[in-house]
Amino acid sequence: MSSGLQVGSTVETEADGAARRRPTWFWYAVVGAALVVVSTIRVLTGAHDIDSSGALMAATALAMPIGLAGLGGLWSERAGVVNIGLEGMMILGTWGAAFFGCYYGPWAGILGAIGMGIVGGAVHALATVVFGVDHIVSGVAVNLLGAGAASYLAVRTFSGLPSGGPTQSPPLAQLPFISIPGVGDALKSIEESRIWLAADLAAILRALTTNLNILTVIGIGLFVLTWWVLWRTPFGLRVRACGEKPQAAETLGVDVYRHKLIAVLISGGLAGLAGGFLVLVASNLYREGQTGGRGYIGLAAMLFGNWRPGGLAGGAALFGYTDAIQLRGGGDVVRAYLLPIGLGLVAWAVWSLWRKRQGKPVIGALQVALGVLVLVWFSLIDRVPDEFTRMLPYVATLLVLAFASQKLRMPAADGQVYRKGEAK
Amino acid sequence: MRRIDLRRLGMGAAAPILALVVALTITSLILLLAKDDVGAVWRQFFQAPKPRQVIAMINAAVVFYLSAVAAAIGFKMNLFNIGVDGQYRVAAFCAALVAGWGSNNGLPGPLVVVIALVVAMLSGALWSGIAGLLKVGRGVSEVISTIMLNAIATNLVAFLLAKVAHQATGSNVRTTQPIAESAWVPGISLDGIIATPEKVYGLIVLAILVGVANWFLLGKTRFGFDLRATGASETAALASGVKVKRMVLVAMLLSGAAAGLVGMPLLFGQDYAYGDTFQPGLGFAGIAIALLGRNHPMGMAAAALLWGYLGQQAVGLPINAGVSEKLVDVIQGVMVLSVVVAYELVRRGGIAMEQRRVAAQLAAQRARERQPEGVTA
Amino acid sequence: MTAAAPAAPPAAAGSANAVELHGITKRFPGVVANKDIELVVRRGTVHAIVGENGAGKSTLMKILYGVQAPDEGTISVNGQQIALKSPTDAINAGIGMVFQHFMLADNLTVLENVVLGAERMHGIGDAARAEITRIAKAYGLGVRPDDLVADLGVGARQRVEILKVLYRGAKILILDEPTAVLVPQEVDELFGNLRELKAEGLTVIFISHKLDEVLKVADDITVIRRGTTVAAVDPKGVTPRKLAELMVGSELPSPQTEESTVTDRPVLTLQGIDLAGPPGQRKALDHIDLVIHAGEILGIAGVEGNGQAELVEVVMGIREPSAGTVLLEQTDISDWQVREIREAGVGYIPEDRHRHGLLLESPLWENVVLGHQTQRPAARGALIDAKAVQEQTRDIVKAYDVRTPSIMVTAGSLSGGNQQKLIVGREMSHHPKVLLAAHPTRGVDVGAQAVIWDLIKDARRGGMAVLLISADLEELVGLSDTIRVILRGGLSEPYDPATVTREELGAAMTGAKGADAPPPHDRPQDEENPA
Repeated sequence: MSSGLQVGSTVETEADGAARRRPTWFWYAVVGAALVVVSTIRVLTGAHDIDSSGALMAATALAMPIGLAGLGGLWSERAGVVNIGLEGMMILGTWGAAFFGCYYGPWAGILGAIGMGIVGGAVHALATVVFGVDHIVSGVAVNLLGAGAASYLAVRTFSGLPSGGPTQSPPLAQLPFISIPGVGDALKSIEESRIWLAADLAAILRALTTNLNILTVIGIGLFVLTWWVLWRTPFGLRVRACGEKPQAAETLGVDVYRHKLIAVLISGGLAGLAGGFLVLVASNLYREGQTGGRGYIGLAAMLFGNWRPGGLAGGAALFGYTDAIQLRGGGDVVRAYLLPIGLGLVAWAVWSLWRKRQGKPVIGALQVALGVLVLVWFSLIDRVPDEFTRMLPYVATLLVLAFASQKLRMPAADGQVYRKGEAK
Repeated sequence: MRRIDLRRLGMGAAAPILALVVALTITSLILLLAKDDVGAVWRQFFQAPKPRQVIAMINAAVVFYLSAVAAAIGFKMNLFNIGVDGQYRVAAFCAALVAGWGSNNGLPGPLVVVIALVVAMLSGALWSGIAGLLKVGRGVSEVISTIMLNAIATNLVAFLLAKVAHQATGSNVRTTQPIAESAWVPGISLDGIIATPEKVYGLIVLAILVGVANWFLLGKTRFGFDLRATGASETAALASGVKVKRMVLVAMLLSGAAAGLVGMPLLFGQDYAYGDTFQPGLGFAGIAIALLGRNHPMGMAAAALLWGYLGQQAVGLPINAGVSEKLVDVIQGVMVLSVVVAYELVRRGGIAMEQRRVAAQLAAQRARERQPEGVTA
Repeated sequence: MTAAAPAAPPAAAGSANAVELHGITKRFPGVVANKDIELVVRRGTVHAIVGENGAGKSTLMKILYGVQAPDEGTISVNGQQIALKSPTDAINAGIGMVFQHFMLADNLTVLENVVLGAERMHGIGDAARAEITRIAKAYGLGVRPDDLVADLGVGARQRVEILKVLYRGAKILILDEPTAVLVPQEVDELFGNLRELKAEGLTVIFISHKLDEVLKVADDITVIRRGTTVAAVDPKGVTPRKLAELMVGSELPSPQTEESTVTDRPVLTLQGIDLAGPPGQRKALDHIDLVIHAGEILGIAGVEGNGQAELVEVVMGIREPSAGTVLLEQTDISDWQVREIREAGVGYIPEDRHRHGLLLESPLWENVVLGHQTQRPAARGALIDAKAVQEQTRDIVKAYDVRTPSIMVTAGSLSGGNQQKLIVGREMSHHPKVLLAAHPTRGVDVGAQAVIWDLIKDARRGGMAVLLISADLEELVGLSDTIRVILRGGLSEPYDPATVTREELGAAMTGAKGADAPPPHDRPQDEENPA
């Protein structure tokens, strides 16, 4: 986010980062270590839903809308337009998916979702690119408008229908799910053996090969397509230039307004698609308030991913996982995580005090105390209360941002209100 | 001098009026597309409100105004406190707990009210302070963090409410311990002006005080100057000696404290307890009103009244015009958008106009004095 | 003040002029930037357009590049009249512009910056890479396509800008104040590049206000003053003095030093100041030692990016030094906050007045409060005394010659020179012990510049100490009692402005001990170094 105050954030240029970008094996090692940790606590605490194939399938299904929304945010911000109206565009998408899906089938629903998202994007583009309104103010307004319009339209169109109501659509046909034949059952039995590491790997494989919705596959394809377009085509170069130095692009004959407009429209379309996913894949109907702030979580995933599709996918997966745990009532799962968190806090405090030696002992002591409290809490309860579990995605977002925000490298002209003829 | 004031006044009022017209037009289009009765809708909105409704509008406006002031404090600093919703929930819950306990355990009514107000401000500030600390300490965008905190607040308060729930006989709603009558803030009757037994919230006084305090603080004090300067140009403020980080934190705290007061008129004038059904969504209304009123104390008051008016008239829409009440959300959303566009256009036009005017006046001066000066390009 | 009849050199038989402008006029709200401009540029020459700050040169070039459209007048390129409605039109006509403020995206590579907008020519992959390498070699530009622009120094960035226009097949290059950010050695390299371009048959139009450089390299000169053409001259037949007079219309009062007012009472002392740079890079400030006495002006010369901004930040308290002390008279202010330092008597004229010195949308009187919120007359307890400040503002406007119709207009509606005079007045009226002046006359018209110089000298006579940071060697030499050069965060030994030469200063500014050893970072691959 760059509209608004800069205090507190030290933004590096990509140059600083390039020298210190970690090699790919580092990320594989991280994933491997995480797998070992998770498997261990699963066996220790018996919270088998922590990475059951059911949970992971739900996680994938929920990561998609977050990821698609985040992808929308990425398109917009790479062109220099901050888009916090993703939530509103997503809400419009949910209505579009339900309305068109209801009358014309799920594929029409998807097109409807994208279309309604584009409408939302068009409003934001009009305000910010054409009229030069502050990006965040426009985004807030789009959220208000999107939510209001969708509610109104829902009352209008679903009230009279059987099993429908003013805040809910009738049940809809979903998009087809696909599975790789044969593997599913074999993996299931390995998973049910609950053996350390083997069961987890089996669960992961099963989640990736069974009951995968076709829209998920398309979504992953969109991630790859985004990367290719933005970094390997002239159009993408122009879009990125508008987000880095629009004045330079203008002097070279690039139509900055047009590229920003298109990027924001794509952004809206992707957010709308995310809404469609919620309606036609993650569930099978429209319900008021369905988006639950996922548009904002998508933005957080984009920040986490440093405005790159690969990182965004990782962030979306993380948030999708926390969302899945929450929806599946995983109080015992959250409780299980308290163990490594508590141990981790204590270990980190001890390590950093040992390492730096002079450090601030007060902070170290606080960390240790916090870690011990967490461990005590862990041992006292069987499961975390439902309300806390429901907070999980939001707390996770805050924690991720708290740790990652200072290392962000955003497009240089992101958030700037650009007017033509500004070239000096 | 007078001519300039009139022009500025005209420019100031032009934007909201333009916004209103645009909103009406677009809403009519939507209604036409949906094949709803356009005429009936507008008749409903322009029909003269009954006295009972007028009171309801004023009461709604009181609450909206507090929310708008909270948002405006942030806006003046270029901070987007979208977390007013969560902040007033937390504050209303804490205040209701304290007031419930105090009034039922012998403390005098007025004292209970004052303590509860203070508790509300402190808890609201605490909640917004989290976002402020994250911003200042870790560079986390307050837009996202406050929204996340909203969701966390909803769940946290629900959890705590379940723990302290007080089930009133014959009711399914969980609430905090109801406040004893001694601590109820009496309403103000407008019976002399409008004939109705309904009363305006007594805490309208609070809203007025908050409005005046906001105007005074921002416009007349050194602190207010620093705050506005930071919002106008963070870099210039820093170079001028403003401790920007501290200012951001303080602004967020103040905004949260004001947000905390949003639920107070409801708590002491209507509900007398905090429950699951405590009015939601007041935060976003406040943001819209602050935008509409351009963060100006009088502008926001007018916008709050407008919002209250629209909300009240919309109640009759399903019956009288066959249209969902939610249409008012659409109208409000379009209004906010058109007003921010209009403000931006007017602002830019104003700058260009002023530059022309200054140059023209200088040229006239020069001609009178016959002094040479370099051309500026 | 009458326009001399342009004495256009006769066109060679059979060849059209590269560019002809007739009667070009352009108006902005409240200002006529160009009026009736006449310009004739012969093909295959280096043509200089000179005029002082604010004469209208940049606007003219924007018109020639299609960024602005003229209100009146005609443009002809290679004998054909055309209308330039956008940079694309100009590019298609073979015109390429190198802006004074580089138009480069830091986070993109050289290749990406060069091909942007011209992707159709050679794609964005290997073919483009090969073409860029070819052009760089042919003209001795020494840049690599896959370098990140953020990693390049100023000279290299300028060469990327030149590469951009050559890549698009420009035959007419416009350079807007190209030497503004270069030291003398880099200027010579640039002129070498220009001569090579000319040898290949390209035409170069060159805007500048530095007369000695212009006379060194131009074949023809057009003089612009107050938005209109006043003369077209042959450099061989004109002296720098005559050219300066044409440019200004009358004799320009250059800053002269008078008798010394330097005392021996130190006001600002920096001892061993270190400031860490970004992680993994060298220190931003390296063991800085300096003393400024009451009544003394210390001038700091240097190429942008060598620590000037950091020095300012440390003295003002915006950043704390990692080592060393800052003393104001006898008090250690090293870890003081900005507000306290200002209250103690340090005045500040920032380099970028729009970002650090003014609130553009606030009225003038509120701008006078800026920086002095806690001092009288602005502060009355915790409140702002608007009436007292407004009175102070009126006094400042009168005493410092700020041209404005009232103190209620917004700061953004004043011209650059008047804004700067307001800032100077604001700082001076609090009688600071030491004044930090960073590029105090940048972007300011000549009249205001003279006023500001006088004000600084007056203050010096009154016992104020001044830390003057500037890129304008003339300003430094004219105002300073001592000059030191800042390079890579360290200060050179002091120079006496009365005796130091421009070459010496230039060498110190680039770290070269002679004219033929530029820093390895932006060394072109094959070059001959004219001394």
